[in-house]
Amino acid sequence: MGRDLAYSVIAGLMIGAAAQAEVALHVGYLSVYEDLPPTLSNLDPEPDDIGIAGAMTGLEDNSTTGRFLGHSYTLTTAILEEGDDPLAAAAALLGETSFVIIDAPADDLLAIADLPQAADALLFNAAADDVPLRDDACRANILHTMPSVAMRTDALAQMFLKRRWDDLVMIAGTHPQDTAYADAMRHSLTKFGLELAAEKTWAFDADMRRAAAQEVPLFTQDFGDYDVMVIADELRDFGRYVLYNTWEPRPVAGSEGLTAVTWSPVIEQWGAAQLQSRFEDQHARDMTGQDYAAWAAMRSLGEAVTRTDAADVATLRAYILSDAFELAGFKGRPLTYRDWNGQLRQPIALAHPRALVAQAPLEGFLHQTNELDTLGLDRPESNCEAFQ
Amino acid sequence: MIRSVLILSCIVTSPALAGEIWVTNEKDDTVSVISTETLEVIQTYPTGERPRGITFSKDFSRVYICASDSDAVQVMDPNTGEILHDLPSGEDPEQFVLHPNDRHLYIANEDDAITTVVDTETRKVIAQIDVGVEPEGMAVSPDGAIAITTSETTNMAHWIDTETKELFANTLVDSRPRHAEFVAGGTQLWVSSEIGGTITVFDVADQTEIAKIEFEVLGVHPDRVQPVGFEFTADEKTAFVALGPSNHIAVVNAESFEVEDYILVGRRVWHMDFNGDKSQLFTTNGVSGDVTVIDVASRTAVKSIKVGRFPWGAAYRPTE
Repeated sequence: MGRDLAYSVIAGLMIGAAAQAEVALHVGYLSVYEDLPPTLSNLDPEPDDIGIAGAMTGLEDNSTTGRFLGHSYTLTTAILEEGDDPLAAAAALLGETSFVIIDAPADDLLAIADLPQAADALLFNAAADDVPLRDDACRANILHTMPSVAMRTDALAQMFLKRRWDDLVMIAGTHPQDTAYADAMRHSLTKFGLELAAEKTWAFDADMRRAAAQEVPLFTQDFGDYDVMVIADELRDFGRYVLYNTWEPRPVAGSEGLTAVTWSPVIEQWGAAQLQSRFEDQHARDMTGQDYAAWAAMRSLGEAVTRTDAADVATLRAYILSDAFELAGFKGRPLTYRDWNGQLRQPIALAHPRALVAQAPLEGFLHQTNELDTLGLDRPESNCEAFQ
Repeated sequence: MIRSVLILSCIVTSPALAGEIWVTNEKDDTVSVISTETLEVIQTYPTGERPRGITFSKDFSRVYICASDSDAVQVMDPNTGEILHDLPSGEDPEQFVLHPNDRHLYIANEDDAITTVVDTETRKVIAQIDVGVEPEGMAVSPDGAIAITTSETTNMAHWIDTETKELFANTLVDSRPRHAEFVAGGTQLWVSSEIGGTITVFDVADQTEIAKIEFEVLGVHPDRVQPVGFEFTADEKTAFVALGPSNHIAVVNAESFEVEDYILVGRRVWHMDFNGDKSQLFTTNGVSGDVTVIDVASRTAVKSIKVGRFPWGAAYRPTE
């Protein structure tokens, strides 16, 4: 009986919506399996629904708005497991919809974007932070809601400069992600007139949970004095064991300590507390940067549908890349897309696990068109030609 | 010479009616009471958690306070500061408006995408209306026929028929609408959009857009110019608009919709209210934790008054 009642209510709502649903947007979410090496600690297990949860919260936000306008939104997800073929799955999803939010490594993402089925699609990169995707490897059918690693390292470089922490050293891991982060950091430091006084590579194979107190002071002793130690450890493997074990009592930043992040549970200003609590109610966990990127992709589409009353790729893409578009992204200022490489402009949080320290762009970092373009590849630096 | 100038300025700013400005301190769980005569804090009363919206009953014998994190609207005796009782409010009440019947409170439930209507006499919820995501701004027309809820993430003004308690129109505005007010005898509705950086003016008769007001503060990036609360002078010819993190109040000609002036106030200016004869305006400045007093005639800031942490709402009551 109870079930019958519930069913009829839902049906009633659907009839109500169908009566005026002139515009329906169907969105796909594709998560490609990525095999990551193990880390020393199991303290931070990655949630199974990372990314998708953000897309679902975005879907719900869109649907609430759509209710008043006769716009409806639906989401199909494809979560791949080890051994699944990303291209086949993407092709299948693109057969259903031309709008797909993607969590995939850069190579897979590019291969998907180059599928014939994706030629007239609009894809959102909600996970890969690789700089080349915004540079010469850019694709006209990919927009990026995940900030590039360069946006994050630029944010930290601004912080170092602002605080006059100009004597910097770095420890970098050996995984490709660590190397990419270290490269981006060197580039950012150069961009803002800073440099590294010394660098070391982390190549321990001891279990640092037991050995950190003995090994790390010795390992960091020959850095001498410095202001900040930068850690390039994007897999979160060893960085946590460096804090408070350095020879000199100095702050740690980068992948550990003071981090530059897309999103963090400590962000509560600018109305963010509402988004955090909405997300937490729905998914019973904190919202991550990857969730935020997927949420922003879904909301970008929703905002474009709301304002254009359309659901076709050409109209939505043109609107999203136009001056008229703005997304209220709970970061204190409107978010827009760079029309030269498809990157979502956004402030970057500088945070530690307990509080937001600052938000980049920091005050005083000026730009001739938009201060947010002091973060990441600016128009003159980007070799992206697909958007011309 | 100097003395006579001082006396003169005192006379100019001295209010005709004695009164108080009540300010909610969002991060202190208190209200600060400012005397409009001495421009000093004369009382601080404890409230529930995270007090935001504040308004008085018509006869000023009751003050209603949205205690957002206590999930209640508190009813306080303004003469003693005693909490008399809580009203059911739905979850996370942020702002509200008292219907001209002096009885029905229309409350925005920020976390729930709902507007709750509470009868302050029977202390019962009489209606809950589904609105957009993160409802915030609340207004009611002078004749009481229409209530408005603005929703921050849905970016709409929702028009509620107060008879049927149902929505009869939903109009899009720019990003993150924060505050709404009826003016011109209820023929116009003004809605501020924080992230959009605009105020949209609607014709109430057919809910069409009459005008869009934009703001530009010298030396402040347009992204940081974020209109939030606003109030009108007695003749309704001038509007004062809080511009959030740009730390300025805009003075808008309500007939031509042109911005005439910008006044520097405290940091992250949010809401405001006038004294009794509307010769002074009191703005809440969240980040600097103070209230700026503006002399309305000369459009200058005359004093800053330290209050609690994160002052949010402001409401006036006469004491004579």
